[in-house]
Amino acid sequence: METADALSLPKTHYLNAEYGIRSWLLTTDHKRIAILYLVSITFFFAIGATFAGVIRLELLTPPGDLVSDDTYNKMFTMHGIVMIFLFLIPSIPAVFGNFFVPMMIGARDLAFPKINLLSWYVYVVGAIFTLVAITAGGVDTGWTFYTPFSTVASNTNVLTAAIGVFIAGFSSILTGLNFIVTIHRMRAPGMTWMKMPLFLWSTYATALINVLGTPVLAITLLLVAVERVFHLGVFNPAYGGDPVLFQHLFWFYSHPAVYIMILPSMGVVSELIAAFTRHSIFGYKMVAFSSLAIAVFGFLVWGHHMFVAGISVYSAMIFSILSFLVAIPSAIKVFNWSATLYKGSVSLDAPMLYALGFIGLFTVGGLTGLFLASLGLDVQVHDTYFVIAHFHYIMVGGALMGYLGAIHYWWPKMTGRLYNEIWAKLAALTVFLGFNLTFFPQFILGYLGMPRRYHAYPPEFQALNVLSTAGATVLGIGYLMPLAYLLLSLKFGKIAGPNPWKATGLEWQTPSPPPTFNFDQTPIVTKPPYSYEQQEAELG
Amino acid sequence: MAEVASPQEPPTSHVSQTPHVPSEPHLMHHFDDMEQQREAATLGMWVFLITEVLFFGGLFAAYMIYRVWYPTTFGVASRQLHLYSGAVMTVVLITSSLTMAMAVHAAANGLRRRIMGFLGLTLFLGIVFVALKGMEYYHEYLEHHIPGHGFQIEGTDPNHAQIFFSLYFIMTGLHALHMFIGFGILLTMMYMAWRNYFSAKWHTPVEVAGLYWHFVDIIWIFLFPLLYLVDRHR
Repeated sequence: METADALSLPKTHYLNAEYGIRSWLLTTDHKRIAILYLVSITFFFAIGATFAGVIRLELLTPPGDLVSDDTYNKMFTMHGIVMIFLFLIPSIPAVFGNFFVPMMIGARDLAFPKINLLSWYVYVVGAIFTLVAITAGGVDTGWTFYTPFSTVASNTNVLTAAIGVFIAGFSSILTGLNFIVTIHRMRAPGMTWMKMPLFLWSTYATALINVLGTPVLAITLLLVAVERVFHLGVFNPAYGGDPVLFQHLFWFYSHPAVYIMILPSMGVVSELIAAFTRHSIFGYKMVAFSSLAIAVFGFLVWGHHMFVAGISVYSAMIFSILSFLVAIPSAIKVFNWSATLYKGSVSLDAPMLYALGFIGLFTVGGLTGLFLASLGLDVQVHDTYFVIAHFHYIMVGGALMGYLGAIHYWWPKMTGRLYNEIWAKLAALTVFLGFNLTFFPQFILGYLGMPRRYHAYPPEFQALNVLSTAGATVLGIGYLMPLAYLLLSLKFGKIAGPNPWKATGLEWQTPSPPPTFNFDQTPIVTKPPYSYEQQEAELG
Repeated sequence: MAEVASPQEPPTSHVSQTPHVPSEPHLMHHFDDMEQQREAATLGMWVFLITEVLFFGGLFAAYMIYRVWYPTTFGVASRQLHLYSGAVMTVVLITSSLTMAMAVHAAANGLRRRIMGFLGLTLFLGIVFVALKGMEYYHEYLEHHIPGHGFQIEGTDPNHAQIFFSLYFIMTGLHALHMFIGFGILLTMMYMAWRNYFSAKWHTPVEVAGLYWHFVDIIWIFLFPLLYLVDRHR
């Protein structure tokens, strides 16, 4: 019955149900809030990428000639703060989680629509503080705000930036809270936990980390701010305070924050692998529970950031072992995705290219993480470009590839239109090549001993740095391409129809773009997720 | 649905199918029934309280570590606090939890005037608590116990004692901030009760406000012994 009018847009949908700026700024529709987030985080991605561009340009030549050392310190600090707190942490949960968590469980909205809108406003206020800190002269502490430098020594806008991050944190707490309650209480009839798409499992695990970790960051930054203003001594060794305590508290959040960034991408990849191999996910339960395991283990490994900070050998050994353990649930996912590909009918559409890229890059990032979890080796490569390369393989090669995969997969659902597939494939390849060219040389640089956070370096490191900067240029082009063809598709793209990928999730059972309340009638779920074999059999 | 639709209306299925119009006045469009809405609201508050535990948890961790490091100084500094005032505040706050529980009980029975009365009593006790706290702060100020340049303390290391007082002011200050937020919630609940918003069937907001109020009390139940009583046995 839907095939007849499959290739025209529905008459009313969430985008044209209301018009005007008020209808957007006061909306409680989770789909519109997702779009608000999409626009804001794209803006901040552009800002963060600009800082990265300056960094790579400075490092093209050995002497510090483009920017002064002070400016360089500010560049990498603001690159980190903007990319982590204003882009990566909200990215997939706030955009695709907001849009698709209710749709995937067959609900009309999140449990608390007003709190959802509030979380966007809180994000915006935090982002404005950060922007003020940037435009008023920047911050130079590194995104980690280490004390006592941040509380006593630095004379940049630490306070404003810390308040900005503090406020933005509450936005992710509210989003996480909303997801937890929604997934517990709003599932459609028949949608049992074991029928939930894996994206929901990973979103749920992410929400748990948001809710449990972010408050600790909040209180830590509050202590930094209060200490800076009132000259207290809680983290200042001159008064008997302990800077290592700050590091403990900071990493108690900021290590799990890595899983806030990567877990949603893992969820996306599970969706993509199933849809583009037309195969149910191998070992569904293991993949689902490994998300929870990552969330739990993720809270027990923060000490591996502090192996050279003077923590005791015994606690370092425990943290090292626990850090190795967290590789197990991650490996379970990678093996199960690979097993899903086996005998699947793999089609290499653009989203799938990102998913496959994710698996490769995440594996490299994860395995080099094991190097860093080893006590002996970490002393050698700590604070070198090896660390930079490692976490960019996770955060960019992993989290960002997942984000790009998600936007390509769900774009037709969100906008009702298809983008140009050839350009999209080209962009995916450009991003993959550019990324590797940027960051693989940094592994070698770090291994050879080039330290992070310096604007000048000895001439023998130049060849690899030139490669890296060249890669960053390619990567930049790779990011601009989707911006162009996705925006063009809004006007010129072909009508997508409700289910262009013939995917099985509930979000594809409703028109594209979806109506304001998602479903005309509450769906009743009878099939397991990813019932592609069954669908193939029905289609003949 | 067919019975409701008037015969003049064209049979446009999309328009006549309006299953999202709430059947009860307080049911929001995206919930199926009141039960689901109530469960979502209470679960939401519980999750929020968990974040609060972690929020204060960072401070408790910092306090514990310095207490283990500098036990004598923390003992001396702790004995400078005003024990009797702190004890009275504890009693006042526990009593306010009782009146809050009574308010929730009244709400469950749909007794509008009682809800307002007990909420008012809770608010009053909360204000007494904060006033006592303010007086304590004033005395700390007179005794030069405010951390910073003018900080003075007799008979122990002033730097470590300053860490104690820093944590004391941050922990009790954040607790007081939560009290003020609680006042806002209580006033809102009283206004809603006054406008006859609650009934025996629908009083979830009072219940959820109660959870919050009890939680803020519990934080104080931990703060009081940690800060005031750690070294009183000597």
